[in-house]
Amino acid sequence: MQEILNLYSNIGNLTWQMVVMWIVGGVMIYLGIVKKMEPSLLVPMGFGAILVNLPLSGAVTQTIDGVIEKGPLDVLFNTGISTELFLLLLFIGIGAMIDFTPLLANPAMMLFGAAAQFGIFLTLSLATLFGFSLTDAASVGIIGAADGPTSIFVANYFNSKYLGAIIVAAYSYMALVPIIQPPVIRLITSKKERRIHMTYSPKSVSKITKILFPIMITVVAGLISPRSVALIGFLMFGNLVRECGVLDSLSETAQNALANIITLMLGITVASQMRAEDFLNVKTLFILLLGLVAFIFDTVGGVVFAKIVNLFAKKKINPMIGACGISAFPMSARVITKMGMDEDPSNVLLMQATGVNVSGQIASVIAGGLILTLVH
Amino acid sequence: MLANFFASLKVMGLGMLGIFSVAVVLVIIMIVLNKLFPAKHESDEKTQED
Repeated sequence: MQEILNLYSNIGNLTWQMVVMWIVGGVMIYLGIVKKMEPSLLVPMGFGAILVNLPLSGAVTQTIDGVIEKGPLDVLFNTGISTELFLLLLFIGIGAMIDFTPLLANPAMMLFGAAAQFGIFLTLSLATLFGFSLTDAASVGIIGAADGPTSIFVANYFNSKYLGAIIVAAYSYMALVPIIQPPVIRLITSKKERRIHMTYSPKSVSKITKILFPIMITVVAGLISPRSVALIGFLMFGNLVRECGVLDSLSETAQNALANIITLMLGITVASQMRAEDFLNVKTLFILLLGLVAFIFDTVGGVVFAKIVNLFAKKKINPMIGACGISAFPMSARVITKMGMDEDPSNVLLMQATGVNVSGQIASVIAGGLILTLVH
Repeated sequence: MLANFFASLKVMGLGMLGIFSVAVVLVIIMIVLNKLFPAKHESDEKTQED
């Protein structure tokens, strides 16, 4: 009888904090499956949150009777995330997915991508007022990159103990772009501005330009911000594989098999950082709040920059496209295109919005690199 | 806390300045690439093939 009771003795190690984390995991799984919010990340992370918060879970490292027993998720974390390997490999896949043609056809759109990184730096400053150290504030601010791998890369570089909360915030808000951006844009633009027509004159871009572009970006980024060269370099390597025209099967593998495998590993591995004792604290709530602030002020930065440009430009820009400088691709471009058509069904902003949105992809990585360079 | 805040304002200023300066460089690169290697129109390509 005693042996049977011993079988259930681990239940005594259960804490209410662990149960709360099961609920958090359950909510993430629900959002992923039912609401289709970033399911490729939220479902593995949600499951992982439950897995690591079982009492004495063997999935993560435990010290039992003074003996350290390494858990597979911690081994994966130390191998794939602490070394930045998973993120960089994922960047090859992302680079292979992005078509920079709309940006190359209209290079000035790059400036909107830069403006829409404002939320990162503003949030960084606000986070210091909430008691975060400068490196932790930088890790929180980078949620505004709206780019999961960059957020993880920077937070991990600074060895932030808030990595779990930062990732949850980054991916949750990326999925919430259709809910976050429209009210902010409506608040800071007039109906007249939202109805500004932008005519799109399609320009073709030569193949050699598309091939040289990723190489040149890598060289420039490497010269200016050497710490970010791995990030931008792997992104651009993926894009070169896509555009060179002779590596189609590798491009397809990077876009599908490689990106899927890494995403699968990333979600569940990141969950190793969602242990109740690290995750359930007031700072997590601050991080979720500050992440929202970062997304809002990214949007504001892009839109206000477009409005400033309109003060001087003869050909007016619809300021809504500035909001696409947030890196969440292609969701932000879709949201703005829909908003434009809701205001005036004949106003199709898709190509301009896409151009700004891909510029946001580059700008967010550069912002991450700048943070690594500027914050010590 | 305030020391961190003032340090963060410097990061904000330098960061936004930095990102705009890099963006301007990238715009110039894209313009130069488009000028140096303009896209050939389909009609040109057909003429060359003939």
